[in-house]
Amino acid sequence: MRIRAQIGKVLNLDKCIGCHTCSVTCKNVWTSREGMEYAWFNNVETKPGVGYPKEWENQERWKGGWKRLDDGSIQPRIGGRWRVLANIFANPDMPAIDDYYEPFDFDYAHLQKAGDSKTMPTARPRSLLTGKRMEKIEWGPNWEEILGTEFKHRSKDYNFEGVQKEIYGQFENTFMMYLPRLCEHCLNPTCVASCPSGAIYKREEDGIVLIDQDKCRGWRMCVSGCPYKKIYYNWKSGKSEKCTFCYPRIEVGQPTVCSETCVGRIRYLGVMLYDADRIEEAASTPNEQDLYEAQMDVFLNPHDPEIEAEARRQGIPDDWLEAAKNSPVYKMAMEWKVAFPLHPEYRTLPMVWYAPPLSPIQSAAESGRIGYNGAIPDVDQLRIPVRYLANMLTAGEEQPITHALERMLAMRAFMRGRNVDGVEDTEVLERVGLDVATVEEMFRYMAIADYEDRFVIPTNKREYAHSMYDGQTERGGCGFSFGSGCNAGGGEDADVFGGKPNNKRNFFSVRVEKMGN
Amino acid sequence: METYINQLIFGVGPYLAGTVFLLGSFLRYERGQYTWRAMSSQSLDNPPAFRWASIAFHVGILLLFFGHLFGLLTPTVVYTSLGMSPGAKQIMAMVAGGLFGLLCFAGLSYLVYRRLFNARVRANSSPMDTFIICLIYLQLITGLCTLFVSMDHLDGAVMLELAHWAQGIVTFQAGAWQYIVDVHWIYKTHIFLGLLMFTAFPFSRLVHIWSWPVEYVARRYQIVRPQ
Repeated sequence: MRIRAQIGKVLNLDKCIGCHTCSVTCKNVWTSREGMEYAWFNNVETKPGVGYPKEWENQERWKGGWKRLDDGSIQPRIGGRWRVLANIFANPDMPAIDDYYEPFDFDYAHLQKAGDSKTMPTARPRSLLTGKRMEKIEWGPNWEEILGTEFKHRSKDYNFEGVQKEIYGQFENTFMMYLPRLCEHCLNPTCVASCPSGAIYKREEDGIVLIDQDKCRGWRMCVSGCPYKKIYYNWKSGKSEKCTFCYPRIEVGQPTVCSETCVGRIRYLGVMLYDADRIEEAASTPNEQDLYEAQMDVFLNPHDPEIEAEARRQGIPDDWLEAAKNSPVYKMAMEWKVAFPLHPEYRTLPMVWYAPPLSPIQSAAESGRIGYNGAIPDVDQLRIPVRYLANMLTAGEEQPITHALERMLAMRAFMRGRNVDGVEDTEVLERVGLDVATVEEMFRYMAIADYEDRFVIPTNKREYAHSMYDGQTERGGCGFSFGSGCNAGGGEDADVFGGKPNNKRNFFSVRVEKMGN
Repeated sequence: METYINQLIFGVGPYLAGTVFLLGSFLRYERGQYTWRAMSSQSLDNPPAFRWASIAFHVGILLLFFGHLFGLLTPTVVYTSLGMSPGAKQIMAMVAGGLFGLLCFAGLSYLVYRRLFNARVRANSSPMDTFIICLIYLQLITGLCTLFVSMDHLDGAVMLELAHWAQGIVTFQAGAWQYIVDVHWIYKTHIFLGLLMFTAFPFSRLVHIWSWPVEYVARRYQIVRPQ
């Protein structure tokens, strides 16, 4: 048994309001640079929809994730090692920038500088790729916001698999949910496996998956390998970039920017202990529907004294073990079983988990016909089909989703009974296998969600400080640079070896047209 | 004067180019790893034709490179002792080089067109990107032109002169340049452009050629690093 620790994450979709604060704060911090305008390390999609990039969940098209071979082993879906190298001159499975969107900006200056005219001046879009005028913006980040675009397009959503989807195109039956997405920092990442240069790695101490920007040669296989399409090729620098899980913040015990700024308080960060020796076996589980259970078997119980002793012996610091016991991620995923991995069938063993959203009762208007299952409504009556959620979170296995939704409904019913009606309805809890103490804790974590409960992040050890990104080690350093030393402005002068200036646009000159031209 | 220029380009030139090529590559790898990349523009513009053009170009140019390497540097005795006359070897080189050259030409023609006339690619090409692709294109065209000149003398004599020059250069023989003083100007142009390409190599995206990731086939899929 090789025990490792990872900072895992849970997103409680039941509380996501789709405000995009996470996406915007993330972009401001990490991707507001030329070459990365189109990249959103965190984005929020309205489901059902094809998403960003288009149809990212359709692995017949993009070939992300792993494939189990007949001999029981797994290999990236894009192919074995020789196959990957054979495709190195041109990657056949890579989404191009139009599959995300052509990045654009607007001629804002025109609003101030336009001459006198009879009509309001407008700020028209320009492509950030060419600097040329774009007559029409065809696609953008979250183009399907709140069910934008036709159902015909959105119904290509892969999660409709096995669902009679036609009726959900009707206004009366339509449903939606938000899905905030970021890098999953998988236990079995395909991006790492498909990188020919070996530039992508998982950190031993906290499980964060990073790209070594110096070692990356820009072969772009990771873009295809990642089934979540959360690796972005920077067309300016020629390197791939991805979500860093805000590691400089995590190292000093702060939550990631997306988590910190989440106004709905839906994001949880906590330590998960896992057995690294069991990863390959779990990822090779024959039946896709068993992958969710298999991944839970990889996690270790931090409350087990034997595990604790062994983890300590293997060098996991004490405060990490302590944090593991208080981990909100462990509680939601393992103890209450209300959080699930995103698309476990990709065999990546993702580490960002999701609590499924409840939704309004489908036939509430037709009162009397609501199927009540005791005090809680029958989950089959929820507007979002359980099968849809199951396709997203448990490879189509509905039972665990039903169980989780029932528990969340029971929690609501019980707390409502207690706080509104003044009755302790323990019967509703027994039906879903909960006791009062557990449901109170669930309520505390999932409904109240205090900062200290949501984020239980042990700081990095001083012993590792030689390589830590902090004020001490960065003293005299130059922060984020583009590999050309500590030049002011991060490499304004291209070096002799053809490095391009990274901090200025040299083609986006806005010519102000006078009225009447 | 002509002698001096011949000596400068074909005697001293290879050492200048070689030094810049090796030392420059080393220094860039050492000092500026972040700039060491293939700089693909596939994500900007990715029609099916691009894929086939890129593959044709890369495969073609790699075969041409190794063809030149072995063709020029294999000592004459190696193939004559195997029963192959210089004339036969020249025919072989012309056929193979011609085929690979055409393959490369087909692919590169598309790539040059795309680099110069596709708005997105054009806007995101550095001057060096444009220079190097045009240089390779010119080099390929002069290389293909040598085929027509070579057809006039199929005895392998010129090929031997060129081989002796190349072997003389890599074995540091001072008078090697004299072997090719009298060859047709098209060969000389081809060699000159080649030297230019070696010189430009460390300053261009060509450095990615050093990084052919062979170690990938042997490594484990997962990489875990301590901080």
